[in-house]
Amino acid sequence: MIVAQRKNIPDLLEIVKKHKKLLVLGCGTCVTVCLAGGTREVSIIASALRMAAKLKDISLEVEELTIERQCDNVFIEQAAEAIERNEAVLSLGCGAGVQAIAERFATKPVYAGLDTAFIGILEERGIWTEKCAACGACVLHQYGGICPIARCGKRMLNGPCGGSKEDRCELDPKRQCAWQLIYERLKNIGQLDRLKDVKPPKDWSSSRDGGYRTIIRDDHRV
Amino acid sequence: MKSEVFEPEILAFCCHYCAYSSADLAGSMRIQYPPNVRIIRTPCTGRLETEFFMKAFENGADGVLVAGCLEGGCHFVEGNLTAKRRVNYTKEMLAEIGMEKERLRMINVSAAMARPLADSIIDMVETVRKLGPSPIKNNGSLK
Repeated sequence: MIVAQRKNIPDLLEIVKKHKKLLVLGCGTCVTVCLAGGTREVSIIASALRMAAKLKDISLEVEELTIERQCDNVFIEQAAEAIERNEAVLSLGCGAGVQAIAERFATKPVYAGLDTAFIGILEERGIWTEKCAACGACVLHQYGGICPIARCGKRMLNGPCGGSKEDRCELDPKRQCAWQLIYERLKNIGQLDRLKDVKPPKDWSSSRDGGYRTIIRDDHRV
Repeated sequence: MKSEVFEPEILAFCCHYCAYSSADLAGSMRIQYPPNVRIIRTPCTGRLETEFFMKAFENGADGVLVAGCLEGGCHFVEGNLTAKRRVNYTKEMLAEIGMEKERLRMINVSAAMARPLADSIIDMVETVRKLGPSPIKNNGSLK
């Protein structure tokens, strides 16, 4: 899932203070699961903004709404009326959600209430970690299912680097060395020989190259 | 007629298994505590969410007291520890908003600690009295 965290209240107030009526719009998908932008967080951030505005003598009316998914037209439609009756929208969706709302309401200011951080998983209660860099050309099959791009501090395709101690990364001893994990995993699945293949430099043309990426599936188009 | 001394209005979320029983015991023992607190019984302080505290302040509470079991003594094992983390998180948020963190406090008592509970309430009331009325307050009273 996409993992995000909230911006702090003074920054948010600075972003929205020129408006008198604001819709704080939550998203019921990824950001709900990572406890950043669901119904509960909408309620908390809306309360915080109302109070912060009051303390600074800023007139601000805040409405709260959460829809199932901000990156999907079907669900955005459900927020249309609320968006229309407010001057601006503070979206607690991920970056894609914010832009999906902005694109569909051409004259309405839409602001991001969260900092979208990464694609990751819930490691344990209250801890999320990055697992995927969305590079566009997955190499997980070569590394026992552990991504050296997202999880190795140096993004090494031919590791380890020699700086790791025990199973810890030299960049931060709190982090596990991804290459230690790759080694152990390959050993467990009997594929240690994969380490003998020296990988050429990665072709990054599928990643941050040439603007935004699009996937077109003719078989699904109407 | 309104008294000239500021009388804070404080919401006290009291766990059913300790602080609420303790407040009950205080009554039986004729131990007095200020009438500034409005007690809300909760099944466990672990039930309390950040939004509960935020809504309390938004609606004009001068202070919020969270009273849970002694650490290690939670009826649901670790509800009070969860509450402690949420209280701390909310305190940081209050600071971001520009409110005094001291308006929110968590205490830990057992069901037998009527006197310490009354003392904690007295201390909380005095702390909030010194801070003055909540700057959020509309009409001088809880809605």
